[in-house]
This record gives sequence, structure tokens and C-alpha cells, in this order.
Amino acid sequence: MTAPVVRGSIRRRLTIIFLSAAAALSILVVLAIESVARQAVQTSQDNILFASAVSIMDSVQLRDGQVVIDLPYSSLSMLDSVTDERVFYAIYLDQDFVTGYDALPIPAGVTDVKGAYQTAGFLGETVRITAVQRVFAIRDVAQNLTVAVAQTQTNVRQTVEQVRRWAIGMGLAFFMASVGITWILVEFATRPLRRLAQSISRRGPKDLRPVAASVPREMAPLVTSLNSLMQRLQVSLKRSEEFIAEAAHRVRTPLAIVRTQADVTLHRVEKEQNRKALRDIVRAIDESSRAAGQLLDHAMVTFRADDLDRERVDLTKLVHASLEQLRPLADLRDLDLVAQTAASVWVQVDPILIQNAVHNVLDNAIKYTPLLGQIQVSVQATATQAQITVTDSGPGFPDGGKSLLTQRFQRGENARGVVGSGLGLTIVRDVMAAHNGTLEISNITQGGACVILSLPLE
Amino acid sequence: MRYFILAIGMMWTLIGAQVLHGFEIEARATFGPPTNDPNLRILSTADISYFEPMIASFLENNPDISIDYTVASSSQVMQAIAAEQAQFDLVISSAMDLQIKLANDGHALRHAPLRTVELPAWAHWNSMVFAFSQEPAAMVVSKAFLDQMGGTHTRQSLIGLIRKNPDKFRGRIGTYDIRRSGLGYLFATQDARGSETYWRLMEVMGQSDVQLYCCSSDMIGDVLSGKLDMAYNVLGSYAQRHPHADQVAIILPQDMTTVMLRSVLIPKTTQQPALAGLFLDHMLQRAFGTQTGAGRNLAGGPSLESSAINRIGLGPGLLVFLDRYKKQRFLSEWESAILQ
Amino acid sequence: MRFLLVEDNQDLASAVVERLQLDGHVVDHADDLQSAFDFTATTDYDLILLDIMLPDGDGRTFLQRHRAGETQTPVIVLTARSQVSDRVGLLDLGADDYMVKPIDFSELEARCRAVLRRKGGSARNVITHGGLIFDPLAGALTIEGQEITLRTRELRLLEIFLNNPGQIIPKSKLVDRLFSYDEEVTENAIEVYVARLRRHLAPSTVSIKTIRGSGYKLDVSP
Repeated sequence: MTAPVVRGSIRRRLTIIFLSAAAALSILVVLAIESVARQAVQTSQDNILFASAVSIMDSVQLRDGQVVIDLPYSSLSMLDSVTDERVFYAIYLDQDFVTGYDALPIPAGVTDVKGAYQTAGFLGETVRITAVQRVFAIRDVAQNLTVAVAQTQTNVRQTVEQVRRWAIGMGLAFFMASVGITWILVEFATRPLRRLAQSISRRGPKDLRPVAASVPREMAPLVTSLNSLMQRLQVSLKRSEEFIAEAAHRVRTPLAIVRTQADVTLHRVEKEQNRKALRDIVRAIDESSRAAGQLLDHAMVTFRADDLDRERVDLTKLVHASLEQLRPLADLRDLDLVAQTAASVWVQVDPILIQNAVHNVLDNAIKYTPLLGQIQVSVQATATQAQITVTDSGPGFPDGGKSLLTQRFQRGENARGVVGSGLGLTIVRDVMAAHNGTLEISNITQGGACVILSLPLE
Repeated sequence: MRYFILAIGMMWTLIGAQVLHGFEIEARATFGPPTNDPNLRILSTADISYFEPMIASFLENNPDISIDYTVASSSQVMQAIAAEQAQFDLVISSAMDLQIKLANDGHALRHAPLRTVELPAWAHWNSMVFAFSQEPAAMVVSKAFLDQMGGTHTRQSLIGLIRKNPDKFRGRIGTYDIRRSGLGYLFATQDARGSETYWRLMEVMGQSDVQLYCCSSDMIGDVLSGKLDMAYNVLGSYAQRHPHADQVAIILPQDMTTVMLRSVLIPKTTQQPALAGLFLDHMLQRAFGTQTGAGRNLAGGPSLESSAINRIGLGPGLLVFLDRYKKQRFLSEWESAILQ
Repeated sequence: MRFLLVEDNQDLASAVVERLQLDGHVVDHADDLQSAFDFTATTDYDLILLDIMLPDGDGRTFLQRHRAGETQTPVIVLTARSQVSDRVGLLDLGADDYMVKPIDFSELEARCRAVLRRKGGSARNVITHGGLIFDPLAGALTIEGQEITLRTRELRLLEIFLNNPGQIIPKSKLVDRLFSYDEEVTENAIEVYVARLRRHLAPSTVSIKTIRGSGYKLDVSP
């Protein structure tokens, strides 16, 4: 059988797609969580910075027309309560620096109603700066007092790092779970395919019925084409069967005419020379007809051997049927057909092929056994094997049958005068091989041939 | 211990004023092998005698290292590191606020201490400032004064005692002039933060003509010499190490004892960050390691076990009192309390 | 015997008819299904020889309808196809036997006899000579009430002699009738069979005479 050209695998493709999606999703979730966490932590830092700035602003008093700033202790210590942070502040009255770190950048856009926030580098570290502003009337002039408070981002970094690690852990867990789910999913997705494949491979060689089992919608086109292919196959099989029948008919009918006319003529001519010629004609016709039959048989055996159509068969019954079919031929030669068979011997075989083999063996025996001879047929079962043994009272195989007979188109030395193509035992051998059975040929001590067909029991 | 250090060829150099730097130094010494280019330069506010055991124990394990030890006032330390970028490998100071400011303003390197040392949370800030000793602000009193105080040693009882005898203690009580002493200012601000009693105590002291000092040692010296009956907010450790310590009593205020942390940092100007780290770890090991007992007072000061402790927190809160306006306001309040 | 031959090929049909007539049979020939049905409706046959491929249908259709009818006339199918699978199908459809073309007429005769024997035959072919009763279909020979078992060729030989009493039959004719052409037989074989038959016939009123140089002749004593 030809192996299919395999490229890729649905299972692998699905797995890769699913896992890629899961991986992308995992990374996306990790990034999203991280981004949300960063925003949340930033917001909370901004809130604390805002509270600190406001507490400084609240400590500002106007005394004698002068701004007095009494930095609350907590305004800076509150910024250091969770993690150690460097903190900075700067206070401006309008554009004039009042106190704190004069180099600290003031976030743009700060007004007396809205704080402003900025991230900037300061003194070698990244800091978050929050500014608030309030208007003071100093000697009847409105002036803006701006308070900016800044903090390093140790806590932000640590918290974000912590969340990231957690998120990566979750992402990995999610991915691992996806691996499991993917496996199950792929299993489910490919199950109908496998089921279809099984239901088709379970079929017998002649079973070309359309697939009737329900399949998912996506597989409907496949099944439709499969059914259509099988239908075409069935049509073409039928056509070739018809062709063979027609061909056999076309060949055999003229042969039959010639043979019959030769036969009739033979009854009318007296001269021995003419009679011999006619006999030769008849014999040649018989031989070619038999060869054609055996060639067809051999082709059939070769075809069926690839895919046996096994059934439970009673060998005894099968052998008896063959015997009855051939008995008139044996009678013609006055041969005794003696059968010694066990009651029933059940085997799991292709009955058409086995019948063909038995027919060939018996046909050979009848042809090679001299007039008034005897043919013994037995069917027996051992512990492991079923055996059909055919022995005759003929001359036996030349050379004990060692090498010659099972080769294709070879005939025994003593086949002179007997019509036969020599293909018979080749067919028998092939049928046995297809069934894991054996064909043994030998000569019995009294001189006759012995053919043993062995088949494994069920 | 000192003899041991002398024996290994240590050199003492005492210099009144060092003109090589812009800042003023009070003393200088080198330890270890004699050299013109010492391996490790330490700038410290602590007296040589106070810190010498630490250096000596370090040299025991690292005899090849030469150490330069320079003593300066806390304000000069600030000046040297922040303004002049003077090259030192370690900065040791009792002025916690200034140490925090140095670190906060980006003048310190971060250092990861050894895992073997169990550093308490209060003993380090931002991996830059490390405390290695805690020293309480104590009252050093004469025996006579101790008798008058009775059993209760609180600021409240002190106020009562002085009020009752305004003339008896006139001119016989001393404390820091916080305008001149950074440590005095630190103690004062922490006292004031801790309770309102501080301001009343200052008023009472001002009324009885309190004497103002620049340094703990002078104050303790005057108590020992009988010039003073009591020194308020001084470093108990200085008194304890004095040869005549048994003549005075060191009292921790029972209502609240302010505890100062001596701390160390590695300035950014260091040329020897690894060696500085090694020495820093040695200091922490001695202060908190299992050998010496966690949190043990390095200088062997008074026990802190029974008092209500207000340990000054290392952190940016200390920066508040360094604010120009804040300080101005605090000093003017202090002046108005003391100098009526 | 009376045969119906259903065969669409005219040449083959006439050759077969002629050959069967040589053996003394009566043969009707139908060349399609319809005429086959017409013949069977009007005539009672001993045996039907049926070709499978016919111009107006399949021989299988005939088999089915024939089996559904009342008559039990045996049918031997003449097929151009040799394969076992085809033969099995034919037997299942009710054919009594089949033969693959070209037909060996000795085999056909043997099969006809076997089929007729299975079906019970008919009494009209029984030949009687004094104490000798011979039923060629059943293959039964009774002499003076004594049943005698004969081999196939002995039966066949006897039948030839009884059908042509008093006639000289050459040995070569006997060879043609008794043996198929794939066998290399000598006239000696005939002598063996004649000798065996003579032993069986000894108690009867018939005997086989040897005519030197010509052949044999059946003599019937009164």
C-alpha cells in the first residue's frame, strides 16, 4: 500500500496556534497587569506627594505681611513611612525661590485649583514631583505660593517589580493551564477525523457504501467528496467487472464455437491423421481457455490478498462443496474421491480465495491421477492449525516437488498430455501466504502426490 | 587596647587646624602601616579615643590597611562632603540630620550590608546611612543634685525642682547652645517634638541663668569640677568614659529619653568603595553582630532598657528641621525661651 | 434426452445442437430470453442449457423466473466467466450446475447425468433387454433382479452399446465418446473397459462381440 505524502499535522498545527495564542495572551495579561499596577502605584504615590505638599501649604501663615513657613515634621516623614525614599521639596513665591531645593523642577501647569505632576531626574535618581499652588494676598498684591514635593521611586519600583513577578507567575500558570486545555481541545477537535478514518479502515474491501455516520459541519465537504469518490470507484469497478466479463465472453465464445465444431467433425472423419489433428486443436483450445481462466484467477487472488475479506467459514463445508462441484470430472476418469473430514473446522478466512485454492488443488489431483485411481481428501484441526490434505494415487511430483511447481507458469515433467497452465499451485501458494498459512507438497511413499494446505485457527 | 595599637607602630598626629582643606578639622590620626597615602580615609565627628577600638579591631583582621582618621565638627563634615567634595571613604557623624541630608542630596553611595548581620529596621536608611551605635541624651548631675531630685527623674520634676530653688541653681545648670551645636539642635528639636514640657523647661532654665556650651565634654568637665550641678541633654557616654565618672550621676529622663544614633555612610567621593564597604560591614558586625549582641551600645553608655525611648528616626523627617525657615523659627523661639 | 439450449450466438448454438444430436439427443434452441420462456411454456425438457449473457437480458433473470415457476427442470449454466465468485452466485440463484465455455462434451454429459440423478431423473429412458434393466440417468443396472454397480465409463460404454444394438462400433469412436481430449488414451484402455463390462454382463442375455479389425458389436440373444 502506498503511504500518504504527509506534510504537517492538524494536531500540531492546532497545538501551535492555540499555544501561540495562549502565550501571546499570557504576555498581554502580564503587560496589562504591570501597566495597571504601575498606574495604581503611581496614583497612590501622587496622592501621598499631594498630601505632603498640601500639609506644607497648610502650615503657611501670613504674619505682618510676610509669608511664614513652618514645615510640619510629618510633611517629609510621611513620604518615608513604607520604604526608604529620598525626598525633596521647593517653595516659590511667584518666581522667587523661598526654601528647599532650588534646582528641583516644578511641574508645569500647576494652578491654585489643580496640582501638577511630573517625573524627572534629580540628583542622580528618578523622582516624582507634585506641586500645589495657592494665592496669598500680600500687601494687597496677589502672589502665588508654589510648593513642590518630590520623592524617589523605590516603592513604585519595588511594588511594580513585585506585581510583575506575580503577574509573570500568573502568566506562566495560565500558560501551563492552556497547555492542558489545548491538549484536550485538540483531542476533541481531531476526534471526528479519527473516527471517520477508523470507520473507513474497518470496512471490507468491497464496501463502497457512502459514509452515513454524522460528522461535524466542517468535515461535510470531505465526506461529500469521499462519498463521491467511492461512488465513482464503485461505478468504475462495476465497469471493469463488466469489461472483464465482456472480454471473457468475446474470447471464450469463438473458442467454444471452434471447439464444438472440431468435436463434431471428429465424429465424422475416419482417417487417423485427421483425427489426431482435430484432437490437437481441441486440446490447444482447452489449454488456452484454461490459461485465461487461471490468469484471471491469479489476478483476482493478487488483488484480494492485499485486503482480505475475512469471514467465519467452515472448512469442511467448503471442501465438500468443491468436491461436489468436481465429482463429475472425477467420475469421468473413474476416480474415487474419498473424503475424511472432521465435523466442522471454523476458520477466519476469505472464502472466495480459499475456495479457489481448494478447487485448484483438487482440479490438479483429478488431472494427474490416472484412470481408476483414488484421491483422498481430509480436513482436520490441530491445536493451532486447520489442515486440508489431498493425496492421490498418481505418479507424484517430479523431484519430490521440491522446487518446480510453485514457480509461476512452471509445469511438472509428467504433465505431458494434461491440459494445465501450471499457474494453479502458484495461485494456491499466494492464497495461503495471504492467510499466513502454508502450502506443502511432497510425494507419499506409495508414489502419489500429497498437498497440504495449513491455515492458522481463529 | 591602645597599647596594642601603639605597639604595632601606630602614629598619632594631633593638628590644631588643617589648612590643606577648606573645612576645619579638629584632630587627625593614622593607623596601621605608616604611609603617606593611606588606604582608607575616615571623616568623623567622634573623638579619636572614642573610635579607636573600632579601628583597632578592624586592623586585627586587616593589618596591611592604613587608615587615616580625621575629626571635624558636624557642620564642617557637611561642608567638606557637600560643598567641597573632599575625598573621604567613610563619613561618621552623630549629626543624624546632616547624615540624612548628605544621603538624600545624593552624596552617599548605596551599600548592601552582609546578610549575617541582623540589622534592625531603625538602624539603616535607604541602604546609604547605617547606625552603629545609639546614645541617649542624658542629664549628668552632681551627687548633691541627685539627692535633691529624689526618686523621680522626669522633666516635670526637674522643672519643679528648679522653680522651687531659683537662686540655688542660678548659673549652675548647663545645656547646649543649639545655635552653635548641631547635636544640641538635634536633641532640642526632638525634645520639642516629643513634648511641650521642653519649652517650659527651657523657660525655667533661662530664668535661672542657664549656661550654654558648645560640646558635651566641656559641660561634663564643668559638672565634674563642681562648676555646674547639672548638664542637660549631654551624651552620657562621654561622662561614663571620664576617669572620674563615679563622682557624677548619669540620669536618663524617665518621661522620655531621646536616643541619638551615630551613623556612617560611604561618600560618593570615595576612591575605595570596596574597602569602605568592608570597614562599614565591620562596624555593623561589631554593633549588631552576634559577637557583641544586637543593639549594644558601642560606647558602653547607660542602659536603655528601663526608659521610655524616643529613638530619633533616620529619615527625611529630619530634613524638616534643617529648613532655613524652620530653623530660624525654632531658634528664635528657643532664644526667646532661654534669653529672656 | 430433450434439451433446451438458450444461446444467442448462432454459430455456437448450431455447433452445440449438432454435437448433442450426434449423441442422439433432441435439442431446441432459443436465442433470447423471450423465446426461452416461450419454449419452456410449451415443452417439457429434461434439461436446460443456459447462456448468461443474452441480448434481451441476463440469464440470471431467467433463472429467477424459472425457479419461481412450477417446473423443476434442471438448469446448467454455460458461462464465459470462470471465476469462483461468479459461479457461487449462479448456484445461489438456483442453477443446478455450471460449465465454463468452451464446453467439453464428455464433461457436459457427466454433469447432465449427475444433475439428473440428483433431481430424480425420469423413467422414460429406461432400456430393457430380457432380465437386463438399465436406467442411464440413475446409472442403475439390474440383471435378473440383481443390482450391479458400474463405473462411470462402464455405464457410458454400456449406454453406447445399448443405444446401438447390433451395430459395429469402431474402437476410435468409443475413445472419442468415452474420453476427453486432454487425455492421452490408447485403444488398449477401451479393451480394459470392454473386458470389465463383459464380466458384468455375463449373466444377462446381451453380450459384446469383438469384430476383428473393426470394433465391437452388441449382440442381444432372444
